[in-house]
Amino acid sequence: MFESLSLISLQQYWWLIVSLLGALFVFLMFVQGGETLFFTIAKTKTEKSLLVNTLGRKWEFTFTTLVTFGGAFFASFPLFYATSFGGAYWVWFAILISFVIQAVSYEFRKKPANFLGAKTFEIFLFINGLLGPVLVGTAVGTFFNGAMFSLDDMKHVTWGTPFRGLEAVLTFHNLALGLAVLFLSRILGLLYFMNSVDSEPIFERSKKHLLYNTVPFLVFFLYFVIALLFKDGFAYRSGTGEIVVESYKYLHNLLVMPINTLMFLAGVVGVLWGIISTLLKGGTKGIWFAGGGTVLTVWALLILAAFNHTSFYPSVFDLQSSLTIENASSSRFTLVSMSYVSLFVPFVLGYIWYAWKSMNNKKISTEELEQEHHVY
Amino acid sequence: MLDGINVALVDWSRAQFALTAMYHWIFVPLTLGLGILVAIMETLYVKTGNPEWKRITRFWMTLFGINFAIGVATGIILEFEFGTNWSNYSWFVGDIFGAPLAIEGILAFFMESTFIAIMFFGWNKVSKSFHLTATWLTAIGANLSALWILVANAWMQKPVGMVFNPDTARMEMTSFWEVLFSPMAVHKFLHTTSSSFVLAAIFVIGISSWYILKGRDIVFARKSIVLGAVFGFIAIIYTIFTGDSSARDVAHYQPMKFAAFEGLYNGSEGAGLVALGLISQNTADPTNENLKDFTVKIEIPNILSYMAFLNWNAFVPGINDLIKGNEKYGVLAAADKIIRGKIAIEKLKAFKEAKKSGQIARADSLKTEIMSPEFQKNYFSYFGYGYIADVNTLIPSVAFAFYSFHIMVVLGMYFIFFFLMALFYTIKGKIHKKKTFLRIAIWTIPLAYLASQAGWVLTEVGRQPWVIQDLMPTMAAVTKISVGAVQVTFWLFAIIFTTLLIAELKIMMRQIKIGPKTEGGAK
Ligand code: HDD
Ligand code: HEM
Ligand code: HEM
Repeated sequence: MFESLSLISLQQYWWLIVSLLGALFVFLMFVQGGETLFFTIAKTKTEKSLLVNTLGRKWEFTFTTLVTFGGAFFASFPLFYATSFGGAYWVWFAILISFVIQAVSYEFRKKPANFLGAKTFEIFLFINGLLGPVLVGTAVGTFFNGAMFSLDDMKHVTWGTPFRGLEAVLTFHNLALGLAVLFLSRILGLLYFMNSVDSEPIFERSKKHLLYNTVPFLVFFLYFVIALLFKDGFAYRSGTGEIVVESYKYLHNLLVMPINTLMFLAGVVGVLWGIISTLLKGGTKGIWFAGGGTVLTVWALLILAAFNHTSFYPSVFDLQSSLTIENASSSRFTLVSMSYVSLFVPFVLGYIWYAWKSMNNKKISTEELEQEHHVY
Repeated sequence: MLDGINVALVDWSRAQFALTAMYHWIFVPLTLGLGILVAIMETLYVKTGNPEWKRITRFWMTLFGINFAIGVATGIILEFEFGTNWSNYSWFVGDIFGAPLAIEGILAFFMESTFIAIMFFGWNKVSKSFHLTATWLTAIGANLSALWILVANAWMQKPVGMVFNPDTARMEMTSFWEVLFSPMAVHKFLHTTSSSFVLAAIFVIGISSWYILKGRDIVFARKSIVLGAVFGFIAIIYTIFTGDSSARDVAHYQPMKFAAFEGLYNGSEGAGLVALGLISQNTADPTNENLKDFTVKIEIPNILSYMAFLNWNAFVPGINDLIKGNEKYGVLAAADKIIRGKIAIEKLKAFKEAKKSGQIARADSLKTEIMSPEFQKNYFSYFGYGYIADVNTLIPSVAFAFYSFHIMVVLGMYFIFFFLMALFYTIKGKIHKKKTFLRIAIWTIPLAYLASQAGWVLTEVGRQPWVIQDLMPTMAAVTKISVGAVQVTFWLFAIIFTTLLIAELKIMMRQIKIGPKTEGGAK
């Protein structure tokens, strides 16, 4: 069935999948957001234990989504994988290391004889919670602002600065996205605590901090979006593939792709409704609105970055090296084969949903932790 | 492809990959094998209703969890390292190599990470049978992830199911099934997973032996030993058979690696197998320092020919035959392969120039020629040789290959006896009296890790100088970056992983000292 699709449709299909994985990843970074809040929200040891345990049962999803995102990008747009990872070496290693130290922290934190001490592992989690979202957001910012690479005719990457990607934080527009993602992940983390932990004080404190985090989130996010509407973008000519700078490119994209624009707006409304309804009415459902809204918003933003003849990874160092879904993709055969594999995705999402429900149908509580064999 | 590549850069990148992969491989085999063992234990619990089995399951599951966490921590670096440090490789073969990695994420890692949460935290939340299913799915998920990564690795040893497309100057996949079911991939998967089962069985027996030596938890320990010994015995038989098939694959597709791990310099009919040997400091051939004499060796006649080609008298080419060629047996000299590789490279260049200068007809005819099966077989399949300047660099380190192979095989033979003895003593009810055996059992644990690492050293070091056999030299695969940057990340990983390993070992030892708990209570 996929054989009959045109090459460009397959490329678009794969961009949709990769972006969806990216969007799910941003939602699942509620784990990272939560990791920056242990010290703020918990006042006692037991409370901290509740928070660590509730996130500790979910961190693997975020991690696995990141790994799968990497794999799917490799298979469908290998030139991006080679260019960005090989080029922006320091950014990616900084992100990865922050995830490496996370992976052991839940399991090792409270185990007897861990020679680093519980505190060290909590600091590891904090670092992961802070660096992960900021750096990922900043890296995604380069999809709109460009990066410093050039490719030779064998497509070997050379980077324009010795900072290998770290220079992206110097562009405020990138950093604004990074900070918006950080505060968003903290908002999601708080909403998740409210949803899953059975403790009145934690609920109340989370609610208070929800407001504190919403303000900076809105500032950075609105700045990012408004600046995006007015900025020049990177377009490519069909046929020749020549890259040109076009004024108001992303605004144009919003106008010519109304469904995507609606998805974007629906997403933003979802996030805001998740926050506002929780602030006004209390309740525990905020995470689903804000989470669903996050997925839609990020998905729409990533589509905006690549569809309608837009270069999704522009180079400001050597314009013609910029990557597009057409010049960076794998061959038709691979895209078709992988498309068959993608049919498993709904099935995978299905069992994740089922497993999640059977684990979360009761809130986590101190009593439960006392009976639990495996505690973090 | 090779201009401006710095040898130090390649070496540091190789060192970094080796470091991270070998660290990852400390944890993965235990995950693969212990996952299955725990699932069997829980099945016994559900079938018999005996709470002792639940206690056993939970104890080994705790150790599984500690090991798993650090396995995950070391794995993520590897996946992205293909991009960060081998970006030229990633672009050249991303079409083929990326697919298994993506499938691994979608089909295997999600299964593992979803059900592991139920396995650890679901005891009081889901039904017994759902819990058991989750434990099995975790174990199966882990082994499926091994499948896909090994398919990717097998493809590097023996590239199949693809064609070179001159338009994009890349390898493109033509058959997914050929990549998945290449004999190299099938054997590698079976050998690697079964060898991991062996390792986990030895781990279980060794630790249980410690309890018996300490005179505690005897029932628990004996049950664990019986299960470990049965499982381990079946697994080692399987490991040896599949290892033998792997060796045959190597003889067919990577004759240089085969000659190197046998220390076979001059080929012959009815070649003998060097069962044991010591390599001396003296070079056998002044032109290459990798060719060292044997100080002593014990050789069993004709076995090698049989092992390689299932024929007692078959000709097995030695290193010298592969370098200098051997007309009698149709072995092409390395110099000829280089010429053929250069022809392929020239053709590609001509095609590119024709395309650039708009000579469409000429470009088209060159393209047809390049893509013809004839050209692909006789010239393109030697593409990588076109970049080799000195034929002696085609010889991998004989000492590394020879010793790693022999360590693995000798230990494999020893493990058969080990499992049989463990089984024999427990069945006879005498194991608590066999203090020496119990001590040996503890010391067998590091040997299992040694055998397993040796297998990978053989596979990967033996493949040098290729990253993709015959097509792409390792030199050409590396990301252009400063050596200093790679050195920094190398040391960073060395420090982080070593620290985490120490933490893991301490936690693991303490959990073992604490031992299995009586059921019902919390920790
Ligand atoms: C407990 C570990 C263990 C044991 C006892 C053995 N192996 Fe092994 N071997 C491995 C663990 C391993 C491994 C780590 O799983 C490797 C590395 C790559 C691979 O495919 O499996 C491997 C690779 C490997 C290769 C290289 C394949 C390649 O280069 O692609 C060969 C030829 C053998 N093995 C052969 C054997 C034979 C004949 C054995 C007989 C006793 C044996 N192995 C026992
Ligand atoms: C976890 C088990 C593995 C171990 C212990 C291992 C070990 C090693 C070692 C020692 C080297 C250095 C060889 C040398 O440069 O002389 C190496 C290189 C390499 N291996 Fe592996 N390897 C493992 C699995 C894999 C797998 C599954 C893949 C591919 C999917 C792979 C891909 C590579 C690559 C790309 C290099 C670098 C290029 C090269 O030196 O050839 N390895 N590995
Ligand atoms: C013989 C080779 C390998 C096998 C059999 C293997 C198998 C596994 C298994 C079973 C896990 C689960 C965690 C654990 O075991 O502790 C794992 C984790 C991981 N491995 Fe490997 N691996 C191998 C080599 C590699 C290589 C070369 C890569 C790079 C592509 C890689 C990438 C990963 C990643 C990213 C994870 C973490 C995934 C997660 O979130 O669960 N592995 N590997």
